[in-house]
Order: sequence, then structure tokens, then C-alpha cells
Amino acid sequence: MLANYGYIGLFLIAALLFTLLMVTIPIALRFLRIVPDKPNPIKNSIFECGMETIGKTWVRFNIHYYYYALIFLALDVLVVFLYPWAVNLRELGGSGFIIILVLMAIVLVGFSYAWKKRVLEWK
Amino acid sequence: MMALETNINNLVRLQAVPPDWPGGFWGHWVFFTVVIIGFVLTMVMGVIYIERRGMGRMQSRLGPNRTGPFGLLQPVADAIKVLLKENIVPTAADKLVHWLAPVVAFAPALMIFAVIPFQNGAMLADLNIGILYVVAISSVSTVGVFMAGWGSSNKYSLLGAMRNVAAVVSYEIPLVLAIVGVVLIAGSLSLNQIVLAQDIPFILLQPLGFFLFFAAGCAEINRSPFDLMEADSEIVAGFHTEYSGMKFAMFYLVEYAEAIAISAIITTLFLSGWRGPLLPPWLWFIIKVLLVFFAMVWTRTTLPRIRIDQLMAFSWKFLLPLAVINLLVTALEVLASPAGLPWVVVIINLAIMAILILLWSKFFFKLGWGRIEV
Repeated sequence: MLANYGYIGLFLIAALLFTLLMVTIPIALRFLRIVPDKPNPIKNSIFECGMETIGKTWVRFNIHYYYYALIFLALDVLVVFLYPWAVNLRELGGSGFIIILVLMAIVLVGFSYAWKKRVLEWK
Repeated sequence: MMALETNINNLVRLQAVPPDWPGGFWGHWVFFTVVIIGFVLTMVMGVIYIERRGMGRMQSRLGPNRTGPFGLLQPVADAIKVLLKENIVPTAADKLVHWLAPVVAFAPALMIFAVIPFQNGAMLADLNIGILYVVAISSVSTVGVFMAGWGSSNKYSLLGAMRNVAAVVSYEIPLVLAIVGVVLIAGSLSLNQIVLAQDIPFILLQPLGFFLFFAAGCAEINRSPFDLMEADSEIVAGFHTEYSGMKFAMFYLVEYAEAIAISAIITTLFLSGWRGPLLPPWLWFIIKVLLVFFAMVWTRTTLPRIRIDQLMAFSWKFLLPLAVINLLVTALEVLASPAGLPWVVVIINLAIMAILILLWSKFFFKLGWGRIEV
């Protein structure tokens, strides 16, 4: 089994190297003067449909993203618990099913509260 | 070597394909690394051709037909063109993040293919947590996309990137819950075991799960009608507005590599993977992947793009409750007949799916599609 994870690690290295190669090919071609490199201030300005950008881009996020992130976190942790149960459902039988029902009920009550509080509406 | 032994047991049961061909740890690794990278690149080219020609046909136009016979060389021509383009980086951009973003986005998209069986046991690594690995690795690409949006210092890019994160976060839950339904029936997380368990393709046993997975999968990889993060009519091109040349091509590649990855996962989970009569298994696998991709092209040309509030509401108020119900129903069915689901279940599940979707869409209309009622 460990050998399989070794494959994954080695493949990650291969994938990263391949991707880096793809990104560095144009740099090499630029030195060979095949790819043009003629920057100017207008070309290197930020694209905004012909307008000049006003103010900074890196501003604060809408609070709504955090609402969704919080609900996602709660439900994702629930789902992580579901996977081991799903694999062993046949051995665990009815009692395991009831335990999972209770666990899901606890999380889903929170979810329906958020729903009722109109957290899920995109304003 | 536990996985190898189980594989050999399975081979006796099914057909004789040596799982470790062409032998040895390094031989296996080199062979499958080359095969996976080659597979992804050629499939991306083929799939771009299918998408452009198919969309052309559906929109009553021809599509690219000048380069080579039937325009078959169009993807090659595009690749060469994009390689020779100037690399433009905005002065205000965060240079390092801007440069690193395509790398971070592309590597995980490639990593997904490490556990997908092309044939019985013919995969890079037969992880016993295969599908969990896929779920984990497939959301890493979002980090690359967000890096691209943040690093370009462009307001449209940042908007697109934030929309992407919001969509991925929302659609992750129904996607993962739909997978749990399959895991319940198969009783294993290894993708090869899941394929071997599909004497009846799971699309019949899990019709609702298939629908949920397809919709959520399309949203995860920014396919139309959920492609709000690169909605050309609102935010130019979303997160890759400021990219040009090879780095833009990388994002293009990521988009299609992920589309193929989702098609391959759907094929493996729901359409019984490489199994099929007469033709060799790897050919069946490729045919099914292309069919699923064609369905994605079809939805893209059929449905208009939805709004951001509809996007979020569709996930949280439509897909998530249905996914939970589907999960519980499947668990009950498996508990009722632990030895293996009979054919009757197919009819029951189809009926449940029809009733649930009809009822819930009426309810969903009443909710105002996520808009605040005036």
C-alpha cells in the first residue's frame, strides 16, 4: 500500500516538473527572439475596458463569502465522518445508521437555522 | 502489496490484464506517468475539437474546418500560436503569484488521473482511498485560480476568482454527498473496486446521484451554465483576463483537463468504467469519457448562464437537500438487501428521482430562486 503513495508523490513531482517546463518554454524562446518581448506602459496597464483603474484592487471581501465558508466547514466535516461509515455500512448495520442519522440531524438543524435566518440569500 | 493481491484475485474473476505491466516499481511509474500526461494532452486536443465542432453544429454554423482534414489540426495550430505569443504581465500585478498560478492550477488537475483505472488494474496507484483522494486533490486547483485572480491586480479578475471560490465551496458538498451514495453500494473507496462492483451500472441504481454529481461537477469546473467566474459579458474573462501566451494556454488546459477528469470520474463511478462487451476495455473507457463530455457540451449549448444568486441557491437549496435524501434512501436500500441490490431497486430509484425533482423544483420556484422576495 505504501508503494502506491510513493507513486502519488513521485507523480506529483513529475506533474510539477512538467508544468514548470511548459511555463518556461516561452521564456527560453524569448531569449532566442522567437517570442516577441516589447513591453510599454499602455500594454502593461491593467485591463478595464479602456478606462483607467480607480483605487486599489486588493480590498476587503463581502461578508457573505464568510457565511458560506462557515456553513461549508460544518457540512464538510459531517461528510468526512460519512465516508468511513459508508464503506462499513454492511458490518455496522442498523445501529450505525441510526447514529449517523442523529449526527446528520444535529448538523442539519444548524443548516436549516441558517436557511431560516436568510444566510443563504445572496444580497 | 495488499492492493496487488486483491487485484490478482479480481483478475481471476474477470479478465487477464496484468496489473503491474510492464513490471517493476520504476517501470510501472515511468510507463503510467508518460501514459497519463500523453492521455491528458491528446484528450484535451480531441475534446477541444469535439467541443468547437459540436457547438458549431448546435448553433447552426460550421466551426473550425480549414486547418487539416475537417479542421482536425485546429488544436495543434492553436497550441503553436499561443506558444509564440508575447507574455504580458501588468506592472501593478504581484509578479510571483501571477507566474506561479498556472503551475498551482495545472498540477492537481493532472494528479486526479493518477487513481483512475483505464483498464482492470491499469492505473498509476490503486489507492484504497481512491475517491477520497480525488475529492481532496480536485479542489486544490481553486487555489491556483484564486492566485491568478488576486495576483493580476485586476478588479474583474478578483471578482471572477471570488465567484469561483464561492461556487466551488458551495458545490463541493452535493458532489461529495453524491459520491457517498456510490460508496455505500460499492462498499469500497478504491476506484477499481467500484468499477468491479458495477454489475448493474450505478447510473441505474443511483439516477439521482448521477444527476447531482453531473450538475455539481459542471459547476466545480466552471462549465456553462455555471461559468460565472469567466462570464465574458460581465467580467471580461474572469480570473484569466490578464494572462496571455503560454500561461493563458495553461489555464485553458486546466479547464479542459478538469472537464476530462470529471468525465472520467463520472464514467468510473456511474457508467461502469472500462467494462463493456467486445471492444477492449481502455477503448470503452475513452468512448464513455467522450460521451459524458459530449453531454457537457450539450448542456452548455442548451442552457443560458445563471445569475450568481441562482448559482448559490441552486446548490444550497436544491442540490444539497436532494443529496441528503438520496444518501439516506440508498443507505436504507443497502441495509435492506446487503448481498447486492436487485433490479427492482432501479425502478424504485428512478421513481423516487422523478418525484423528488418534480416536487422540489416546484418548492424551489416558491423560494424565488434564491432571490429575496419583494
